[in-house]
Amino acid sequence: MEYRIGLAQYAPRLAEVDANLELANGWLRRAAGDGAQLVAFPELALSGYLLSDLIPEVAMHASDPRLIELSRAAPAVLVAIGFVEETDDHRYCNSAALLRGGTLIGVHRKVYLPTYGLFDEGRFTRHGDQIRTHPVGEPLGRIGLSICEDFWHPSLPMLQAQDGASLLLNLAAGPARAPGSAAGLAAIAGWHKMQDTYALLGTVGVAFCNRVGNEEGLSFWGGSRLVAADGSTIAEGPLYEEALVIGSLETDDLRMQRYSLPLLADERLELVRRELDRIVAERAGMPEAVEEA
Amino acid sequence: MSSAPPIERTPLPAIDADQAIVVILGFIRSQLEQTGFERLVVGLSGGVDSATVAFLAARAIGPEQVLAVSMPYRASASEAEQDARLVVESIGCRSERVEITPMVDPMLALLDGEDAGLRVRRGNVMARQRMIVLYDRSVAFDALVAGTSNKTEALLGYGTLHGDMACALAPIGDLYKSQLRAVAGRLGVPERILAKPPSADLWPGQTDEDELGATYDDLDRILFALVDRRWSVERCVAAGLDADLVAWVVQRVARNEFKRQLPPVAKLSLRTPGIDHLYPRRRPGSRRAS
Repeated sequence: MEYRIGLAQYAPRLAEVDANLELANGWLRRAAGDGAQLVAFPELALSGYLLSDLIPEVAMHASDPRLIELSRAAPAVLVAIGFVEETDDHRYCNSAALLRGGTLIGVHRKVYLPTYGLFDEGRFTRHGDQIRTHPVGEPLGRIGLSICEDFWHPSLPMLQAQDGASLLLNLAAGPARAPGSAAGLAAIAGWHKMQDTYALLGTVGVAFCNRVGNEEGLSFWGGSRLVAADGSTIAEGPLYEEALVIGSLETDDLRMQRYSLPLLADERLELVRRELDRIVAERAGMPEAVEEA
Repeated sequence: MSSAPPIERTPLPAIDADQAIVVILGFIRSQLEQTGFERLVVGLSGGVDSATVAFLAARAIGPEQVLAVSMPYRASASEAEQDARLVVESIGCRSERVEITPMVDPMLALLDGEDAGLRVRRGNVMARQRMIVLYDRSVAFDALVAGTSNKTEALLGYGTLHGDMACALAPIGDLYKSQLRAVAGRLGVPERILAKPPSADLWPGQTDEDELGATYDDLDRILFALVDRRWSVERCVAAGLDADLVAWVVQRVARNEFKRQLPPVAKLSLRTPGIDHLYPRRRPGSRRAS
């Protein structure tokens, strides 16, 4: 079955939540009109990225009626969108909400907040504590949400693949550095290698929605991308320009792909856990744990 | 038998000029959009830096929205002014000529004009007088001042604080001189401007490379290794870079840190601007009323 996915690669306005809700509403309707069954928006699509002390001013609860209302604009469509979340106990997180038809299906809170180089996220937001997948009904079954830097830690997409995701969906706000360079983590080529590798090793579809536009001196590069579970590119957006990137996953392929390449099923989870436990214990300076093993 | 060419150990910083231009054009447009301005003022010296900024500005917002101001001093090279005119003719932007001699000389005459530091003082006064002219023209033209400092100058502190370093936005501030030349060539900056030796033109016959004591290429190789690749001095020298020049660059970068940052504020309150009162400079409410 063909499953149509739209990636709304747009430029949010910094700290203008209502304006961004309206923009998102427009992109959502347009994508739904193009037959999209899932529409993804970038990281912090409702707030913009370089917020610093504006965080409390743009934060909303995951149950905020504005989010619910947005998802009702195209009630049959699954919506994944980034926003600043304020939890009930007033933690401020860089979160992604998954909604459909006025129902909040799940929330992913960014687990890895880059706080190095040009990034200062850990100063202004708190990290999430869960790596989960969310049920979205057939034909996808479950999807794994992540936010930008989360993808630079391969444990996260691989856990989500093990947890039953047939699609990994990464919402991003990636600023361009060393434009045109083919090497290094900052390069666009690095993101492509990573997406292709996760798709291939997880036998899982990968969707990446990256914003465009400028904040202060940063230029967000776009290049949103949809990759099939065999690592082939289904759709790819332009660099630096707003675009609705649309493509279809052939969900029937997954069955035979996972038969031909049973990597997920062959994963030795018990072994991985034992070795992780050992490494954690050693790092914590608990030699007795090592001897036991 | 064939072999790959040897990898240069201390290369010049590379740049994809086409992508850099796309990024800078987006940056210029968004800065204007976010501040509520539609126009830019650029001080044109006749050199490659200001020519590149003028070309980028014209490409970003259209030449009619760009005012190029040439501000010669009595000792300025006449070729510099001709080259500034060539830039204006090439891009078809608006232009003005404001001679700064009658502003600079009377001020220096009022003060002690004979001390040993006169050459430096005069250079600073010239740079700051040009800043005053540019900011005045920016109000008259309803525009922002586009900066013309590059990364090599910024790191070496080769510029005058509140003078040529003053601007509302810095389109080429992250391009080394050698990268800037590649971008300039791609933009169509005239060959004559690309080819001539860079000069601050503060006194007759001055060239940047004479004054700095090294070529921009040598400086860029060292800065790229030290700054972008985070190499130690020892590694730079072991890789073949000149030890004395590396030491000089390291010292110069450190001594000029103050030029790249806002002045320190004595912390007293719970929230201090710049320390823990932190906001993006372009945000709701920061756009001027139209």
